[in-house]
Amino acid sequence: MIDVHNDEKLLKVLLKDDPDITIEDALDNEMVINMGPQHPATHGVLRLVLRLDGETVVNTVPELGYLHRGYEKMAEAMSFNEFIPHTDRLDYTSTMSNNVAYALAVEKLLGIEAPKRAQYIRMIIAEISRIMGHLVAIGTFAMDVGAVTMVLWTFREREKIQNIYDRVAGARFTTSYTRIGGLASDFDDVAVKMTKEFLDEFDHTMDDFEKLLNTNKIFIGRLEGIGVLTKEDAIAFGVTGPNLRASGVQYDIRRANPYLYYSDMDFDVPVFTEGDCLARYFVRVDEVRESIKILRQLLDKIPQGEIIANLPKKVLPHKAEIYSRMEELIHDFMIVNFGVNPPVGDTYFSVENPKGELGFYFVSNGSGHPWKLKIRSPSFCNLQALPKMCNGQMISDVIAIIGSIDPVMGEADK
Amino acid sequence: MLELFTELTGNALLGMIINSLIPLVFVIPLALFFVWLERKVSAHMQDRLGPMITGSHGWLQTFADVLKLLQKEDIIPADADRKLFTIAPILVFAGSYAAFAAIPFSSAYIGSEIDMGIFYVVAVSGLVVAGILMAGWSSNNKYSLLGAMRSVAQIISYEIPTVLVILSIVVLAGTLNLLKISEMQTAYFWNWFIFGGPEPGLIKFLLIPFMFAGFLILYISSLAEVNRTPFDIPEAESELVAGYHTEYSGMKFAMFFLSEYANMFVVSAIVSAVFFGGYQSPFGYLGNSLGISWLVPIEQFFWFTAKGIFFVFVQMWLRWTLPRLRVDQLMAVCWKYLIPYSFVNLIIIAFLELYR
Repeated sequence: MIDVHNDEKLLKVLLKDDPDITIEDALDNEMVINMGPQHPATHGVLRLVLRLDGETVVNTVPELGYLHRGYEKMAEAMSFNEFIPHTDRLDYTSTMSNNVAYALAVEKLLGIEAPKRAQYIRMIIAEISRIMGHLVAIGTFAMDVGAVTMVLWTFREREKIQNIYDRVAGARFTTSYTRIGGLASDFDDVAVKMTKEFLDEFDHTMDDFEKLLNTNKIFIGRLEGIGVLTKEDAIAFGVTGPNLRASGVQYDIRRANPYLYYSDMDFDVPVFTEGDCLARYFVRVDEVRESIKILRQLLDKIPQGEIIANLPKKVLPHKAEIYSRMEELIHDFMIVNFGVNPPVGDTYFSVENPKGELGFYFVSNGSGHPWKLKIRSPSFCNLQALPKMCNGQMISDVIAIIGSIDPVMGEADK
Repeated sequence: MLELFTELTGNALLGMIINSLIPLVFVIPLALFFVWLERKVSAHMQDRLGPMITGSHGWLQTFADVLKLLQKEDIIPADADRKLFTIAPILVFAGSYAAFAAIPFSSAYIGSEIDMGIFYVVAVSGLVVAGILMAGWSSNNKYSLLGAMRSVAQIISYEIPTVLVILSIVVLAGTLNLLKISEMQTAYFWNWFIFGGPEPGLIKFLLIPFMFAGFLILYISSLAEVNRTPFDIPEAESELVAGYHTEYSGMKFAMFFLSEYANMFVVSAIVSAVFFGGYQSPFGYLGNSLGISWLVPIEQFFWFTAKGIFFVFVQMWLRWTLPRLRVDQLMAVCWKYLIPYSFVNLIIIAFLELYR
């Protein structure tokens, strides 16, 4: 049962022509239906209130915030290093990308740079994470339209990526791999070998995935022309990532505003012009292929050297040195207890995550904690376009559209 | 068989009761086996093992599940219509169980040899629709109602191509009696209706492509009638949670579940009875060649079950491969393709039969 008083505002938006109606009233031909936060297909705790005419959706109001943990506020009481584990919990389908984005943002604030090897490893793990995130996206999307087998196939591949995570970060899911100024541990030869083996197998597995879905008439028929988002609307709503590129906008931060060493890499930015659910699926599949291409180049080029910068006032020293040398012990004590003290000012840094543009905006007052941290999470912005896509479609399409937007509520609700 | 039971018990009523309970003894273990098979088929398609702990390869898992469901609290939602809510699962199970009465398991056993056999099966399956609508309505849940509405629209629409295809077989066989239709397709597999029926001649060969078309139409509509993927929109898990049985728990849920699997067997049995010789062996009987006459009905029973299980397996195979259709697409498939094709098919078959 829905608490009518809490939902007054929601209903007003939903039934804009008739604001006196409550959710308990019978409408003539229409029905107000509550979808989520406990629903098998709303990707976590997204809640939609739908106004239906038969099976057709007249109006949609998404309600977010069921997974709100107050990360932006929590960050204000934490030092910059302390917040890294929380970035895992933003987009939990591709944890490493968030780690990388956060570390790069803090480094920009501090005005430091990690060694070249660390930067290369960051690119490797970011691209593996992109594959990982897109695997979940493709799998759950196929499951939403009824092809249940697909999700288990993609999760099987995801397990293999988690084995690589396990090797390099010591954790399969909550990786917390990056540090400010570098990485927690090295991406060693065994990990390189594991990644290469994974990529060789994965090429064929992707062919299998595409064989199962792309040639399936029902799959194509269900998605073609559904949930169309025009180029103009996509830009106006601030949609980013694969969803934007499916609407015909060639915007990829790796190309538009290269960070790390992406400018040295040879890859394409897949763009589709249709803007429907099928195009969003194709963009993701093609991006996985491009990520494989980038990874192959990276694994061949990875340079030797340090994995963490040697900047005693800003970067945590090695554990072994803390226990054996006085100065490192003092630096460690200062950084852990009082933070890295960036200069006064503000900075915004964003990367291309599997879901879209993940940005961190810091305001610093010179202390060890950020005065303000604002996370620009792609899922949150992408979800704004949901009512636009859903209205006028059928209830089955709503599920397909949510799947094609691929929101992760951990990130949308922060 | 009825006479035998009446003689044994010395009472007509008792004999009748025993006679009608035989399918139940067959159906319930079969439905449990299908639930297990579904899990195993899906697991192996998805690189998993499925149930492995309870019994060898988990074959006891469904028995354990049913035992669990029997012990569960029987929850009826406060706002539900209690009477309809209780009747619905019984009606659904009765509908799918009653269909077994006219299906010949072997030449020696048929629940009730009525001349309207196939007509009866189609009609009594309609009870399931009423049960589903009751369940959806009485649950007082919007998702259940949507699921029930979809289900009723779907089953009623897909009955038309089913009946049209069956009608074309009736034209060839000249009878509605399922036992006679099965008897007709005796001896070897080329006497099955899928290969043009038992009468030899040029017409038989001309019939074959239309028979295959008819079989495909019948099989597709039978998938829709039992709400299987790609037509599982009434219980589309990712859209409607569980459709019309969302609010059910415990044994009431189990009844829906078991009747769904029993129904799968019913439609498979009809497909095999009208097209694939029913209980007939594809190549003679061991009992005949050895001169042991009592072995023949047992062999027939084996073939009947084997064909049924094969078609159920194909249903599972499709379920774990295909996505599901949307409501409007589902109706389009039925009204725009299946019904016109089955009509044309019926007319051609009728003409060929006329000029035989």
